[in-house]
Amino acid sequence: MKEASVRAPRPHPPLTAAAVRERVMHIVFAVTACASILAVVLICLFLFASGIPTMRQIGLFRFLFGRVWNPSGEQFGIFPMIIGSLYVTAGALLIGVPVGLLCAVFMARFCPAGIYRFLKPCVDLLAGIPSVVYGFFGLMVIVPIIRNTLGGPGSSCLSASVVLGIMILPTVIGLSETALRAVPEQYYEGSLALGATHERSVFRVVLPAAKSGVFAGIILGVGRAIGETMAVVMVAGNSAVIPNSILGSVRTMTANIVVEMGYAEGLHREALIATGVVLFVFILLINICFSLMKRRAKI
Amino acid sequence: MKEKQKTPQATASYCLPARQRTEVILLRGAAYLGAALTCIVLASILIYILIKGVPHIRPSLFSPHYTSENVSLFPALVNTLTMTGLTLLIAVPLGVGAAIYLVEYASRSNKLIPVIRLTTETLSGIPSIVFGLFGFLLFVTACKWGYSMLAGSLTLAMMILPLIIRSTEEALRAVPDTYREGSFGLGAGKLRTVFRVVLPSAVPGILAGVILAIGRIVGETAALIYTAGSVAQIPKNLLGSGRTLAIHMYALWTEGLNTDEAYATAVVLLVIVTLLNLLSTTLAKRLRRG
Repeated sequence: MKEASVRAPRPHPPLTAAAVRERVMHIVFAVTACASILAVVLICLFLFASGIPTMRQIGLFRFLFGRVWNPSGEQFGIFPMIIGSLYVTAGALLIGVPVGLLCAVFMARFCPAGIYRFLKPCVDLLAGIPSVVYGFFGLMVIVPIIRNTLGGPGSSCLSASVVLGIMILPTVIGLSETALRAVPEQYYEGSLALGATHERSVFRVVLPAAKSGVFAGIILGVGRAIGETMAVVMVAGNSAVIPNSILGSVRTMTANIVVEMGYAEGLHREALIATGVVLFVFILLINICFSLMKRRAKI
Repeated sequence: MKEKQKTPQATASYCLPARQRTEVILLRGAAYLGAALTCIVLASILIYILIKGVPHIRPSLFSPHYTSENVSLFPALVNTLTMTGLTLLIAVPLGVGAAIYLVEYASRSNKLIPVIRLTTETLSGIPSIVFGLFGFLLFVTACKWGYSMLAGSLTLAMMILPLIIRSTEEALRAVPDTYREGSFGLGAGKLRTVFRVVLPSAVPGILAGVILAIGRIVGETAALIYTAGSVAQIPKNLLGSGRTLAIHMYALWTEGLNTDEAYATAVVLLVIVTLLNLLSTTLAKRLRRG
């Protein structure tokens, strides 16, 4: 980390207007820097303050592991939603990681400069497409394809996984590419000098050396997938039961909040907010894993 | 782009023994396939939406009022602009100020820095629906503002804050120290150096970040649906509820009646996002060239 090594000459003791201005602005900048701290503190405070009493009221175990979500019958078990989130995230990884990783390898080690100039903005654009548009595309294209070829309702765990797999591509590609480029060139050259082909050097030497960075990318992808809302709501089917096959309808924690928040009242609304708290805890855990990985990868 | 980007040496496969040749072809094929799939996915999304949407872009879609017969997207477009402006008004000064503090003022031993980094990282990982819930709890319920543009933009401001901080930080660090030394040497104080010398040369980088942030705001749905609400008109003041384009599209899907208009909205969204992306890339490139 580069430091602001250049220091301004110290203001002289007599308090001129300029010196006062300097001090005041210093404090103003320090205050703005604390905005993000304030934001995180407020978010934690509000979510936990309204989520934890609800969990206590419902019973933590019954809330987290209850298999029945029936708001009108006052039954609030979010186990199907937790499983649903985990299923679609796993599916997204199965689809997104191999493609993303290979694309990153191509961009870092195989791609001529001319193609790179075109490919890089493409990946950026993939990251910029709004999630409603992904959801809409999934609904109109992927869902019918799955319904017609594999049967079932179409809106399913599988279609959510495909859409999410596409959505995490830019994340996986971006971080993996950075990691691949950060591998010292000597590794690659050493491998070539030992007689390995370009392809073998890349896949057997450079890629393993970039492992931590790639994992950081995958973890960030997990965070994106588990937190994605709108695209999933539109393609997953949203029935609050544990799906019995990948073609079954599934509801994630995020979908649970969006689908019912509009009309929920009383304990029902509290339970939805508590669902958000569980999601938040998942994300915090993923964030911790991500920072640990990133520190190890030094990217 | 004149980066190091060496054109890699693909091994000529015909001069290898058979077993190695298969390996080379398989591995290379895999890498090419990954890139091709990524491009195909992007292309099919763009082409599909364009084909389905462009024929439905009619002048009536841009009529000033939304009615149930004519689901005009004009109010949503105006709301999107208002929302973007308001959010940037809140987030940019905070984010740029924070980055200035981190890069220009804070010393290495400053105890705040690790905390700020941790919280910024945490913020950037929080999913938008959690921001939405929080905005609902704080602004809509606790502050009693109801569904409003103000609640929505405050929520979004928190969401894009880490993006602004990070891009401004990078832009500031890219300004050579000689600029600062020159300014100090001429007798300028710290503040003047920051505002007159460092910030102006970091503007393209900051703008690139801001434009990416605009892209996030334009495409955001989950954080807004329970903070800004989904009224399909232009609100009279900032405490009124109004839907942005992305929410408009989501609402059209929920109602399930106006699929064609939803496609047209998707086209408008895609065009905005693509333009913003191009602009951001160009600016970032200019920054790199210096």
